[in-house]
Amino acid sequence: MIMKARISLIIAAAFISVAASAQIGKPFIHDPSTIAECDGKYYTFGTGSGGLISEDGWTWNSGAVRPGGGAAPDVVKIGDRYLVGYSATGGGLGGGHAGRILVMWNNTLDPNSPDFKYSDPIEVAHSEVDEDCDAIDIGLFLDPVTGRLWATYGTYFGAIRMVELDPKTGERVKGNVEKDVAVDCEASDLIYHNGWYYLLGTHGTCCDGTNSTYNIVCGRSRNVTGPFYDNMGRDMMAGGGKMVIAAENRRIGAGHFGRTIVEEGVEKMSLHWEADMDQSGRSVLAIRPIVWVNDWPVSGGVWEDGEYAIISERRGYALELAVDFVRLGGGMRGFGGSGNDTVVKIEDQKLEDVIGGWPKGEIDARIGDIMYRPHQKWSIESVEDVPGYLGGLYCKIVIDGTNRALAAAPGAEVVTVPEFTGAPEQLWRIDMLTDGTYRIMPKEVPGEKGEFVLISAGDSTPSLGKFDFNSDNCKWNLKKW
Amino acid sequence: MKIHHLVSSLAICLFALLASSHAANAQTPGLSSPPLEGYFYPVTTASVTPDSQGFIRRWTLLEPIVKPNRSNTVFVDSYVREAFATEYFPNQMTVVPKDGDKVKVTVEVQAPVNLAMGRPQQQQAPAAPKFEKRTLVWHSLDSKRFNVKLFRFATGLDKDRYGVIFWAVTVINCDQDLENVRMAVGSNSASMWWIDGQEALILSGDRRMVMDDATSKRLTLSKGRHVLRGAVINGPGMSDFCVRFIDEAGNPVKNYTITTQ
Repeated sequence: MIMKARISLIIAAAFISVAASAQIGKPFIHDPSTIAECDGKYYTFGTGSGGLISEDGWTWNSGAVRPGGGAAPDVVKIGDRYLVGYSATGGGLGGGHAGRILVMWNNTLDPNSPDFKYSDPIEVAHSEVDEDCDAIDIGLFLDPVTGRLWATYGTYFGAIRMVELDPKTGERVKGNVEKDVAVDCEASDLIYHNGWYYLLGTHGTCCDGTNSTYNIVCGRSRNVTGPFYDNMGRDMMAGGGKMVIAAENRRIGAGHFGRTIVEEGVEKMSLHWEADMDQSGRSVLAIRPIVWVNDWPVSGGVWEDGEYAIISERRGYALELAVDFVRLGGGMRGFGGSGNDTVVKIEDQKLEDVIGGWPKGEIDARIGDIMYRPHQKWSIESVEDVPGYLGGLYCKIVIDGTNRALAAAPGAEVVTVPEFTGAPEQLWRIDMLTDGTYRIMPKEVPGEKGEFVLISAGDSTPSLGKFDFNSDNCKWNLKKW
Repeated sequence: MKIHHLVSSLAICLFALLASSHAANAQTPGLSSPPLEGYFYPVTTASVTPDSQGFIRRWTLLEPIVKPNRSNTVFVDSYVREAFATEYFPNQMTVVPKDGDKVKVTVEVQAPVNLAMGRPQQQQAPAAPKFEKRTLVWHSLDSKRFNVKLFRFATGLDKDRYGVIFWAVTVINCDQDLENVRMAVGSNSASMWWIDGQEALILSGDRRMVMDDATSKRLTLSKGRHVLRGAVINGPGMSDFCVRFIDEAGNPVKNYTITTQ
């Protein structure tokens, strides 16, 4: 028993909290393609050759294989095949602008698979040395409404153009004429949401390290071919664009948007930082949640380790320990009074004021009126050394000042246990949803298969259940303490 | 009417000749660029009005002054102010040029850009700058687009396209006072703008041309004639600008005429 406790302590000590804002491994890349999933792994390709692979979506290392070199590739899965686009070009702002947009197929992105073989590249668009277009930076878009396949391309040098491709062959649709859809941006990408088509582009200065002003903007249209207008009604052909994501503290220059839909209500954007100041100022892969605000996409940012009230979207009550409510001093002082009393500050209730009355073993979780008391104060910390998920690390959720941890329990219920051990039922994945609320899901549920999330079974009762983005039972808000 | 047609025809012929002539100082020798007439009309009318969105399309543009810059990131406020405070030609801040007027400038000579081979060749070591005198010509033009494509103005005349300064002048004529309006500008890259010799606004940094990117403070354009003057500086990239006046609600102001004099 003593030995077991000691082992638990050693295991617990191995879980070190980290800032969950940067991919780990060696996520060095410029112009990452949209993240593609293939046989349980994640892939992204970059300018030059090759790209990154991740087993879990959090730790990235080189290893993806893409022939052809060139610049700024993109990937889209069509049926059970992957269409990879890239550009062969020479220029840059001060150079030549003859470019070729090429696409090729592969049945898998896993370079170790016997099925891994790229087809011969097909040219689908090009630019001449001195026309108002620079045929690089392809973005591929399979329209979920019509099934039609589109490619956008271009840089600051002239217009962003779009062409239609045949989703069966990848070839340019016969007779299709390219259309100019934006200026003064690059790294374009089309996406669809709620009846709108969005054209995203990267604005600002590229390739200048910590001084790069790269930022991702968008316009939208009811038609896939535009015109795309920003929130001020400016056409992207006039330079319009509403901000999606710009620099974060110590992460400079957001560029080359890609969208990954995990499931309804859970979406991620991939991009690169021109310079991560915590990683030698190198260009690195970043993944952020997409939040839709008034049908405009914005970055949800990343939550930070810290102390939070976990508040249900269903009722607005706070997740808490099912323990006695301990009253604060002060009491009712009447509604009137002379007004001449000295105004004093009432101290917060402290953990040591109440913890003595709490049971020592498991304690149920409950949802109650938010009162900012110790039994409602959760410390959420990322856990290293455990595989993460797309764009995030699992975390432990403990009552602040204790090691009492929220845990999934048999029967798909939820309890708190006196000690965090790092067991999978004590590890939680937190995804910001597309409406800005959070989904909180245990890594595993004892005795259960499949994915469960923390839900409100009633206004005051938490439990675990299947995720339904359309139900507020499945959504929570994290309010910084 | 006939006279007008004759003048127009002559202007178009001269314009075509101008556009097809090749100067000896081109930055990209031997390269065939899109013709000037794809982006500009010759001025054939006495005056025009702003376009439907209020943009001023008539400008008299000076052929680019060479100002070598391999990057636009140097265009901080002080750099831009100093670059435009430098006198390149006489009466730089007061002249209202006529089409065909010429100025003599001394400029630093740039190495050619090897467009066909991609990126510009990096010099192994900075060579000592060479200077030469050049004669530059003012051209009165109507832009075919809301944005004045200075880059195509330069390439259409086979002039230096990168590492350049452009000067632009136009005249607006108000039949009444236009109160509380703002001059709204987008430029690629940095630029400064003056109205009747008074600074209206500056756009510093590595700019892209964005409609209504920056505006002047509220101002009144009094009844009568006003001279608008702008200067745009760029290293690599496609130089252009767009200018209009907007009202308090951001709507275009269009009740004035535009002339070259």
